[in-house]
This record gives sequence, structure tokens and C-alpha cells, in this order.
Amino acid sequence: MPRCSGGACHFSMLAFVIQRLFQSALVMLIVALIAFVMFTFIGDPVDQMVGLETTLEEREQLREQLGLKDPVPIQFINYIGRAIQGDFGISYQFKRPVATMIGERLPATLELSMVSALFALIAGIPMGVYTALKRDSFISKIFLTVSLVGISLPTFLIGILLIFVFAVQLQWLPSFGRGQTVDLGWWTTGLLTSSGIKALIMPAITLGLFQMTLIMRLVRSEMLEVLRTDYIKFARARGLRDRAIHFGHALKNTLVPVITITGLQLGAIIAFAIITETVFSWPGMGLLFLQAVQDVDIPIMSAYLLMIAFLFVVINLIVDLLYVFVDPRIRITGGET
Amino acid sequence: MSIRKSLIGAVILGGLMTTSALAENTFKYAFQGSLKSLDPYSLNETFTLGTLGNVYEGLTRRGPDLKILPALAESWSIEEPTRWRFNLRKGVKFHNGNDFTADDVIFSAERIKSEGSDLKSRFPDGTKFEKVDDHTVDVILTAPNPILHFEWSTWYIIDKEWAEANDSVKVTSASDQNASTISLQANGTGPFKIASHDAGVSTVFEANTDWWDNANKKHNLDKVEFSTIASDATRVAALLSGEMDMVYPIPVQDINRVDANPTTTALTGPELRTIFLGMDQRRDELLYSNIKGKNPFKDIKVRKAFYHAIDIEAIKSKVMRNLSTPSAIMLSPFMFENAEQFSRLEYNPEGAKALLAEAGYPDGFEVGMDCPNDRYVNDEAICQAIVSMLAKVGVKVNLNAQPKAQYFAKVLASGGFDTSFYLLGWTPGSFDSWNVLTNLHGCRDDEGNGGLFNLGGYCNEKVDELSAKILSENDPAKRLDMITEAYKITTGEVGYIPLHQQGLAWGVSTSIDLAQRADNELMMYYVNKK
Amino acid sequence: MPYVTGEETTARTQAAGRPENVVRKSLITSMLDSDIWHSFKRSKITILAAIVTFLIFFGALFAPLIAPQNPFDPANLSLIDSLIPPVWEEGGDARFLLGTDDQGRGILSTLLYGSRISLAVGFASVIFAAILGISLGLLAGYVGGRTDAVIMRIADIQLTFPAILIALLIDGSLRGALGGINREQSAFYVLVFSIGLSFWVQYARTVRSSTLVEKNKEYVQAARLIGLHPIKIMVRHVLPNVMGPVLVIATINLALAIITEATLSFLGVGIPPTQPSLGTMIRIGNDFLFSGEWWITMFPGVMLAILVLAVNLLGDWLRDALNPRLR
Repeated sequence: MPRCSGGACHFSMLAFVIQRLFQSALVMLIVALIAFVMFTFIGDPVDQMVGLETTLEEREQLREQLGLKDPVPIQFINYIGRAIQGDFGISYQFKRPVATMIGERLPATLELSMVSALFALIAGIPMGVYTALKRDSFISKIFLTVSLVGISLPTFLIGILLIFVFAVQLQWLPSFGRGQTVDLGWWTTGLLTSSGIKALIMPAITLGLFQMTLIMRLVRSEMLEVLRTDYIKFARARGLRDRAIHFGHALKNTLVPVITITGLQLGAIIAFAIITETVFSWPGMGLLFLQAVQDVDIPIMSAYLLMIAFLFVVINLIVDLLYVFVDPRIRITGGET
Repeated sequence: MSIRKSLIGAVILGGLMTTSALAENTFKYAFQGSLKSLDPYSLNETFTLGTLGNVYEGLTRRGPDLKILPALAESWSIEEPTRWRFNLRKGVKFHNGNDFTADDVIFSAERIKSEGSDLKSRFPDGTKFEKVDDHTVDVILTAPNPILHFEWSTWYIIDKEWAEANDSVKVTSASDQNASTISLQANGTGPFKIASHDAGVSTVFEANTDWWDNANKKHNLDKVEFSTIASDATRVAALLSGEMDMVYPIPVQDINRVDANPTTTALTGPELRTIFLGMDQRRDELLYSNIKGKNPFKDIKVRKAFYHAIDIEAIKSKVMRNLSTPSAIMLSPFMFENAEQFSRLEYNPEGAKALLAEAGYPDGFEVGMDCPNDRYVNDEAICQAIVSMLAKVGVKVNLNAQPKAQYFAKVLASGGFDTSFYLLGWTPGSFDSWNVLTNLHGCRDDEGNGGLFNLGGYCNEKVDELSAKILSENDPAKRLDMITEAYKITTGEVGYIPLHQQGLAWGVSTSIDLAQRADNELMMYYVNKK
Repeated sequence: MPYVTGEETTARTQAAGRPENVVRKSLITSMLDSDIWHSFKRSKITILAAIVTFLIFFGALFAPLIAPQNPFDPANLSLIDSLIPPVWEEGGDARFLLGTDDQGRGILSTLLYGSRISLAVGFASVIFAAILGISLGLLAGYVGGRTDAVIMRIADIQLTFPAILIALLIDGSLRGALGGINREQSAFYVLVFSIGLSFWVQYARTVRSSTLVEKNKEYVQAARLIGLHPIKIMVRHVLPNVMGPVLVIATINLALAIITEATLSFLGVGIPPTQPSLGTMIRIGNDFLFSGEWWITMFPGVMLAILVLAVNLLGDWLRDALNPRLR
């Protein structure tokens, strides 16, 4: 495959980006459409918005005003029209702009997700390296088995057990919420106070355990693959020390796919935070979303799903672009997604 | 001179700071649901209105025993059967310093009837409010109504001037696309002000040092922090670990644990809500049954058999852990003086079988049951227990337990009363029988005109007549007789199968003293921190 | 999240390439391949996992014969028997070895009956996902062009959301749509459909990429030349070659499906509690964790963990065994 050079490369790159952006927009549109069709089945938002004694006429009127009586395609077009202008509507339940509410909840979820991803990397990589280098050692077997237990226990059970042990029995860590947060104007952070950090420990572990297992196993298998390659064999033959081979060459080569996968997983972590946030009453977007599902708060549900789709599309795009930059051998058109 | 002055200043400031640090009494509590819009007319729901009742006040309020007490109205009298006079309290100020006057009451009366309000039922249509002077208001009714003010403790008075200045005259309706000031901020006359409000997460209240009733105040709080913790386990854990001074509700099975913990205690008491079973008695054929061409529930023998099959004591001791009061009527005995004249049909599975056989179902039949699973205390467990009790008399019940969003969408009028057999709970907002008789027992058509929450369509015209008379009868004794007569009819016909009044269970730190009201509303002005 | 393992498998399958694999082995012969059998015998933990899996399958299959009580028949339950602790604890009852739950269901019997439901949901959704994924993957890979683009774009969109979210949404809408139909009867199918639909993508991707490789092989070209129907070519010649990775994905998916079912049940949208699955049992028991009735949630929790662990271990071994370069 000929390597592109200079202007031609820029051109095809631009075309690639435009094509990807177009695809991304399409993906988001379809996500929104599917979400919309689904919402019509989930329940009646009006019943959740009014007290039990509200009369039928008033309910009907409300339905009319909310545009819920319009055909779904019309509702959809109206919604997209507003969403493009950054208007995601007002929450049925909270009577506040959805964009603002999500903006307020975003820091909590992002902090939790980042910290748990960090935890997964910091714990997962060394364990993966160790199990790859000492394949048959007892500790490796323990690591592998324990990590399997990690993915075999459902998230909610891990969360509940952690609360039971560390919050109720030992009373070391708080059982819910974010602790004290510091408002930086556009971002609230729990990382600057001790109570905030304490509150973060259990949710981050609960959320990160699955990713940790994944990373550990990925590092292990990648390491094993790399260690078999000729160039490592060659390095070994040259008399390089094990340590230099393992960490200077093998691990370095392993990290690219690991970081890619972690990046790709970030979207999933954020979405998966729903369950962790529910168990720990963590005031993030996942909790907001689950409450919205229960209350049939359609504007929040739509905005959340669009946002997750957006995040994923962006992350995918960045990963794709990085690939192209890092490894020019990857063909630009018709690339595998 | 100037040095001395600033020194004194520093001393005073220092003194202030230490005292405030010492005296800062913060009360932290958590509830399972969340506080959404702060507009007091947006949602007719117990928790929202109860919480706002610490910030706003109505003309009346209710004491710890739920007795109606004067609040913003010092007194009232029925001048003529259809004219009531309310004498308003003088010297009351809203949180922003505005005076409370008759104009605010009249403004609030108009506002609560306006489009978008969810509390339109606070007084009958056609009721007129007249300003007599700045501190007197007359209410003119179209017909006598002895329970006019029963729900006024949650009709909060809004400052007219503030609402007009802040674009908040219109009620923040469920369909509004723009959040108005009043849905985000509060300006009431009550004992607490809202310092910050993060909808759905937490709200911070500060004591109102200028409250008109501060001389008699029961609380010693400076600050109150409310958080939403939806998960039961997390909520209890937060109390046990000392993060919260009070949480509610706590699951009944955790009461012992909360009590066993040295620094917490469970505060329990009867609640007003009555849990009951309803049966479709209107359709000619049940929607969910293997019996075709007829409706078994139209036969009183079948309804009685179901009643006899239920072992309410087992439900009480095992499912409710003794935190329930089995009930023979459809409302709490708190709200009905002659409650002891009624008794439940006894648990008698053999009798139930015999009745079913007599009705022509010796081998029982199949019926679908709708049940919420996140609405009432252990609702799903109660339904399961009932399924197994009915199985023992030969009735096969197919249980359909759903979250309340789907459940209500299905069984209420908006879903076309799509149910054959269901579990529901009811608290009359006015704490009065008329509400129960019209909403649950009034005849209705297929659209729900009439008894809107009479999901099973029970109908007896005699009861409807009585309830119309009850509404306008001003004589308490005659009224009580008619109510009793109506209940005699409805219980005799087994229009419903009442189960119990569920219990309240609050988890409270031992450093806290508070009053538990049977309507499950937390009034912060009864809270004391030791 | 599961698709990562799929990516991994895909990547590996492609890396392995199987270029000279003209003699195509059938699934069974490859299973009985002495190498694999050997690796199985060598790994004690795999043998243990296989035994545990077999025991649970056996118990689930013959639950009606083994279980002391039928906990799914409400007429057998009595509130009087509720919340009895395991037999070795004070207040235990010999009729209920592992105690009872809040409705008087024996935990042991419910475990047997419940794992039956969990496994049934798991298997059915994995099979559903596999059939859907394999067909679409074959179609995309073999036909190519616009069909390929459309199918793979749909797969991309689906990947935008984690399985649990998709399952949650599909489940919510289906239940809404089926409103009138009874939940007790429909829950199983709704779950299988929701979970299955959220898992098909990785099969499709794996099968597609293998198909792309196989399609241009001489034998396929030859088959096409002699006029074999494309469907026949795909099924006969392409499919057997991708069965290895598919089997690995399926095994890992089985574990994931069981967890997903449990999570959905925990969130209250899964299997209803009258005929509980393991996940529903945990949800019910979760309410009693703080009140000291630990057995209601702990036994199903442990059972679920063991089951998923055993299946995962088997999947793990299978993956290593089918990938010769890791052996």
C-alpha cells in the first residue's frame, strides 16, 4: 500500500474526517429516533407529573400541551430541531432545563468514571504483566481466578457487599453520595476534600472492577503474543536482560491496544455507572437517567441517550483518527470499524 | 480610638463566630423520593407539599396529631351556611420582608385555580374570595361545605408582589418549557427558608429568624440539609453510619436493626394510607380470567370468598413485621369515629371454598392481578402472599407486579381501567370520608366520570345519594350517621377487600427529638437536636 | 461491554488467519481433537469448572425430581414458614436445609428451580443472539457492498450503548407494548429478546471478518463456479470455520447473559418474583441483608457467582485451547 505524502494525505484525511463526521451524525440521529419510538411504550409521563386526583380533562389538556398527542415523527422532528439549537427541553418532573441538569450531574459521573478507569489501569496493568511473565506461578492463578470472580459477581452485589462491610460494619467509608464537593464555577469536584475522596473509593472500585479484569486479561494476552514475536526472541538472543525486554519492549508494545480499549470502554463505563450510581446514590447522570425511566421523564431520557451516543461517537472518532496518525499503514477508506 | 474600635469589632466578630460555630445545629435527613419543582401548586403529592410546608404556610396548619390549627388565619367562622370569614394574622412577613395581607390570599386563590395548577380541588368551583379589609377575607360558596378548609393546610399562600415581580404569576405547569423563578426559589412565611435547591439531589434550609411564631417554636435548628437517597439499603446504611440524623421510610425488616444500633432508633406509628384489594365488578366479562361470558366478581359470594381466603394476621406478622393495622374499612380509624362498629370477615379458607362452590366455581378459576412493586410498603410481597393464599382455596392468580409508572398507566382511568383484580392504597387528602366515598365508591362510567379511582367500578346509587348529602351537611352528628350508613352498605356488599393501614417507619438518631405525623410529613419545626 | 472480548477474539482469529485450513474440521471433531482434550485434562481448574457446571445443569434440569418442594406453586407456600434460617442456625427447620425466603419458599428448592430459569434465559438469549449474529455476519461478509454497510452501521449504532442499557430500554418498551399481557408469562420471552438483541453484534463481526477471508479462498470460488447456491456455500463452507470463535463468544456470553438477567431483575424489570431466577432471588434477598436474614441473598449470590465463574473458566480455557498460538 503506498504511503500518502504531503497534500494528498491531507486531502484524504479531510475526506475521511468528513465522512466519519457524517456517519456520526447519522448514528446519533438514528439513536434519537429509536429512543423516541421506544419512549412511546415505556409509560404515560402525564400520570407521573400530576397528583392522583387530577381529572381526566386536565390530563388530556396536559398531553396536548406537551405535544404528546402529535404523531411520533412530528414529535421527533420537533425534538431534533430544538436539540440542534442546544435546547433539550425542560424536565417533566423537575421543571428545569435538561441541559442544565445534565451539566450539573456531568462532573459527578465523569469524576467517578475517570477515577475508576484509572483504578482499573493502575491495578490491571501490573497484574496483567505479572500473570503473563509468570504464567504458571501460584499467584498468577490466584490473580486470574480472583479477576474472574470480579466479573462473575454482578456489580450491584459487589456494591451492596462493600457497603455492608465498609460502611455499616467497619464504618470506615460513607455509604452514599459524593461527600463534600468544591464548586469551581463550571465544575464541582469531590477530589479536593477528604470526605469527597472517601466517598469516591467504594463506587470507583465497584465500577472499575470489571474494567480492571478486562485490562488485566488484555495485557496478559497481548504480552504473551508479543513475547512470542521474533523481535523479542531476537532481543533475547542479543543478550538483553529480561527486565529490559519485558518492560522496555514487550509492555510498551502492549500499551497501545490497552489504551485504545480503555478509551473505547470509557463510554461504556459512563453508561454502566447507572447501576453503581443507583447502589451508592451517587448524584450523577446515571442516577438521573434511572429516575427518569421510572418517572417517564422523556426529555431527560432522550438527552441522556443522545449524550451517551455522542460520547461514544466522539471517542470512536478520536480512536480512529489516532490510529491513522499513529499507524499510516491503516487504509483510510473502508476501514474496519 | 480607631484602634479600640476595630479591636472591639474584632472581639465582637470573634465572639459571633464562636457562638455561631457552637450553636450551628444542622439537621440532616434523607427521604426515598426527591423534591422537584418548588412551586407549591405544581404537584399534589404528599412529600412535595409536606416539605414545602416548612417554607410556605397555609391559612391553617395541622398539629402533630393532625388537628387543624390556625396559621396565617388567626380564626375563622361560618357567617352564613355559604359564607365563611377568615381573620388573617397581622405582622406576618414573607422571607423577602414583604407584608402578608388579604391581597396575597386572594392572589393565591386565583393562582391555585388557574391553568396548570395541580391543586385545583382545594376548594369547589365557583367559590369566590372577597377582601373585606387588609386582614379579613370572606369566602362565598355555592353550596354549604363543612370540609371546605380541610385541605387548606397544604394550600400555601404566595406573596403577590414577589410573584408578579418575578414572572411567577402563572403556575409552573407540568408542560412548561421555561422554568420560572418560583419553581427554583421559595418566598414563603414559614419557619424555614430555602438556602439552596439542587432539584432531585439535595436542598438546604435555614431557620427563619423572623418567623411570626418564633416565640412558640419547638425546634432548635439553624440549618437543615435534605438529601434524596432512593435505595433502601443505602438509606439505612447512611443512618446507621451516623451520616444522617434521620431517614425515612426505613424498610420494616430493618426496624430491629435500627433499634439494635445504640445511636439510632426506629420511630413507628400508624399511617393514614389504607391498602386494599379491588375487583372489577363492572365489565360483563373479566379481561384477565379463564371464565368467559360472565364476571365472577359480580357475584358477592366470590368477593366474600376472596375476603375469607386472606389471612391478614399472617401478612401483618410476617410481611409487615407487625407494622400494620388490619382494617375493616376503607380509611384509617383516625378519620372516622365509628370505625369500631366494623369488623373484618374472618380468615376461613374452608368457608371460602364452600362459597366458591356455591357460586359455581368448585374448582376455582384463574384471574390476573395487578400490583405495584415500588409504591407501598412491601406491596409486591403482600401480593405474592395473597396469590399463595388464594391458591389454597383453588383460585389461580397470575400476578403482574410492575413499577408504579407502568402500573398506574395501566390500571387508572388513563389506561382504561385495564385490570381485573388489583392492589391499591388510598389516603383521603382531606382526611374525610366524603373523599373516600366519592373517589373509591362513586359510580363511574367507562371514562372514569364519577368515582375516578373506583377502578373496579363498584356502584350503588344509594351510596352516591348519601355521599351527595354528606358533602353539604353542616351538622356533624347527622353527617357521621350518614357516613356510617354508607360504609355499612359498601362493606356489606364487599365492594372492596380492605387489608390494612400500613405503618410509618422512620429511622432517627438518638440525638434527635421529633414529632411523627401520621400523614408521613416531616415538620422541621418539631425537630430538636440534643 | 462484552464486545471487547469479541474484539479480542476477532483480532485473534484474524491474526491466526487459518490460511491453510483447507481441510475443514467439523465442530465435533475439533472438540475431540486430541490436543484440546489434552489441554482440558491438564488444567485441573477447568476440570473442576466443568464438573461444577455439569452439577448445576443437572440440578437445574432435574429440579422437579430433586427439589424437596416446588417453590413455583403458590399453593405450596405458607407465610408461616417464611424467613426460617438455615438448618444449622438457631430456629432452623429440617424441611428447609438452607432456610426460606420472605414468602416461605425453601432456598434450596428455589435455587434449583431458579438456576433453571437463569440458565434457560441465558441459553435462549445466547442462541437467539448467535443465530441473529451469525446470519447477519455471513450476509454482510458474503454479499458485501451496501448490505454489508447497512448491517455494520447498525452494529456500530448498537455498540454505542452497553448491553444493559439496550436490554433495559427494549425491556421497558416491550413491557409497555405488551401492557395487557401478563408479566409472569411474558417476562421470559421479553428478557430473552432484550438480552439476545443486545448481544448479536460480536457474532456478526467475528463471522463477517472470517467470511471476508474465506470468501476469496479457492474452494469457495470453486464451489461458486460449480453453481452451488450462495446460502449453501456460506453454511457448508464458511460456517464451520468460524464455529470455534463463535463457541468461545457464546460461552462467555452465556455468563454475561446470566449476569445481565440478574442485573435487570435487580433493577426490578427482570423475572417476576413469583417464579424467581437467581437474579430475582438476590433482589428479594437484598432487602433483607441489613435485617440479618443473610441467607436469602447470600446463597443465590454465591450460586450465581459460582455458575458464572465456572462458565467463564470454561470459556477461558476454550479460547486458549482453540488458539494454538497461546498454547
